[in-house]
Amino acid sequence: MRKHHPHGTCRRVMAAMAVVVLLALTACGDGTTSQGASPLTLTVLDYYNNDPNESLMQAALDNCAAEIDVEIDRETVPGKDLIQKVLQRASSRTLPDVLMLDNPDVQEIAKTGGLSPLSDYDVDTSGFTQGILDAATYEGEVYGLGPVVSTLGLFYNVEMLEEAGIEPPETWDELKTAAAELTTGDRYGIAFSAIASYEGAWQFLPFMWSNGGDETDLESPETAEALRLWVDLVNSGVASQSVINWTQGDVKDQFVAGNTAMMINGSWQIPTLEASDIEYASVQVPVNEAGTTPVAPLGGEVWTVPITGDEAKQAKAAEFVTCLSSEESQMEIAEATYKVPTRTSLIDEYVAKEPSMEAFAEQVRNARSRTGKVGTDWPATATTMYAAIQLALTGQASAEEAFKQAAEN
Amino acid sequence: MTTTNRPAISVPTEAPSRRRLRFRSGDIVKLMFVAPAAIYVALFFGYPVVKNVIMGFQEYTTQTFFTGEAPWVGLSNYVTAISSQLFVPALWNTAIFTFGSIAGQFTIGLALAVFFQRKFPLSGFMQAILLLPWLLPLIVASATWRSIMDLDGGVLNQALGVVGLDAIPWLTDPSFALMAVILVNIWVGIPFNLTVLYGGLQEIPEDQYEAAALDGATGWKAFWHITLPNLRGVIAVVLILGVVYTLKVIDIILGLTNGGPANATQTLAIRAYESSFVDFEFGIGAAFSNILILISLVFALIYLRGIRRSAN
Repeated sequence: MRKHHPHGTCRRVMAAMAVVVLLALTACGDGTTSQGASPLTLTVLDYYNNDPNESLMQAALDNCAAEIDVEIDRETVPGKDLIQKVLQRASSRTLPDVLMLDNPDVQEIAKTGGLSPLSDYDVDTSGFTQGILDAATYEGEVYGLGPVVSTLGLFYNVEMLEEAGIEPPETWDELKTAAAELTTGDRYGIAFSAIASYEGAWQFLPFMWSNGGDETDLESPETAEALRLWVDLVNSGVASQSVINWTQGDVKDQFVAGNTAMMINGSWQIPTLEASDIEYASVQVPVNEAGTTPVAPLGGEVWTVPITGDEAKQAKAAEFVTCLSSEESQMEIAEATYKVPTRTSLIDEYVAKEPSMEAFAEQVRNARSRTGKVGTDWPATATTMYAAIQLALTGQASAEEAFKQAAEN
Repeated sequence: MTTTNRPAISVPTEAPSRRRLRFRSGDIVKLMFVAPAAIYVALFFGYPVVKNVIMGFQEYTTQTFFTGEAPWVGLSNYVTAISSQLFVPALWNTAIFTFGSIAGQFTIGLALAVFFQRKFPLSGFMQAILLLPWLLPLIVASATWRSIMDLDGGVLNQALGVVGLDAIPWLTDPSFALMAVILVNIWVGIPFNLTVLYGGLQEIPEDQYEAAALDGATGWKAFWHITLPNLRGVIAVVLILGVVYTLKVIDIILGLTNGGPANATQTLAIRAYESSFVDFEFGIGAAFSNILILISLVFALIYLRGIRRSAN
């Protein structure tokens, strides 16, 4: 009798457990079979942590979540913290299911082995602008899709140019003359960002590339000539000496405040410009000789599928990334954020809807990615570039010697 | 007496077992109080330092984070770090930045501490205001100072203009930039110096000043012969901690100049940051920060020796 008692309780406990397990199983079963209550939650990590972009992206993410029937758990971090976060998570094996990366970083992260190539999920990557595919390609495999891209252009204050009777400049000479005429007591003719960071290097690229310079050989006369243009603009006083300390956000602030008549900046600034009182317009970045095709760098973010070990989730994440780059999604994001769709077939339709984006859209067709040629050497290349720019703009080295001197550091 | 007692006192086999017994009963409780702190220090200070020292000898790339593979490269990271053209300027900038910051923070902090020793209307309120820089996130402080020091529209240059002086290119001229970041760092560091030194001043017995006043020592004399000697211990703490804090400053410099213009504000801490998180050369970044740790260690040892001497 005494020995039976424990058995009895044990049996009861086991029976109770069985019920619990059964309940749990049916609960799971319910989740997967019934529609609406989605069982799968994808974690998403991106750096659109400020409005308006945070909520604009949220809308696009929500649409795709609804479309492929998943829940999303989104985390946003400041732009400069993203890579650190990604590396930390890679080492603790807690990468998100969907990861957004700035396009020049894709190859570096793909190199870690932490991303899965989209060919694993039969994602169709045709029809996209070549530049953004180049940026997302590492060792022959495409690792991510960018729904939209941005690039640089020359913005000008319509009122100020009309007042001075000046046409928006198309060549470097016109740029210098226009900037000089537009410079008055408390106003500069032009502003750009030459800060000691990737931003400075990125802003220099359209001048360098359009002039035939190349990141694989920074000590060429073409590149030095482009740098000389910047040096001339600053030394002649038509651009502030402060450009060596300005981010692109600062440049935009100067333009909005009316402190500069023209600026080199990206189309992603348009939502803020729209909200200001400034009447602005834009053209492509001026080139050295009339008739040359301007070559600008391609900006924008790429959505990737990290290797998390859960293959079902990875497949769903790939579906999600594909959805973000679908035609409807691209148009929606492009219109909301003033960036250009990456499906070349959409560009004409987009310009028809957003005529103010014409110069940028045109520029995207010929735009190049920063990592297309130098791949994961881009960080080192960019460092040399902005170091050289700083040396030349502060008079520590001539434009011809600056790149050589910077490369030695 | 002694011969009969001796075996009872020191039985060599019994002593250790008794100690072990006492350790089990009483010391375990004491240990449990120490354990959380010890584990915390080991995890959050010990582990990163050891890891960083090891990283300095490895080729540590972005790949390593995912695969865990980091081949040993001996001293090559240190060779790269030290042979870089920027190493000597960075070392020099670190020294100027640290010395300049500490000198300014300490002098102003001490002056303010002495000033606030007297009670006057609103002194408490003013002291609280002076602590503000301490509460402000450094990234906010540097962004604010960046706009204050702006060449064309900055308040600082406008103020200079009012007095009839020319605008100073604080952050855009390589010959001014280091001074500008030092000035901001002094501003950031004053509250710490003020608070600790003010605390030290409260410890000085009032009757010492009274006695000295009877001998005719007031004002500067009292400061020199009573205040300073009494503060010696506190001053040592403030200076050494100040040096260790200042050596590793990066936020303020990144926020103000990003290491520019033309590398004028590159310090060893900035080199460490840039090697790791801009160029993704984590091994070289670790080498730079290990050199910094070594320098800090020298000051820490001076500090510990000072403490031991004052305890004796």
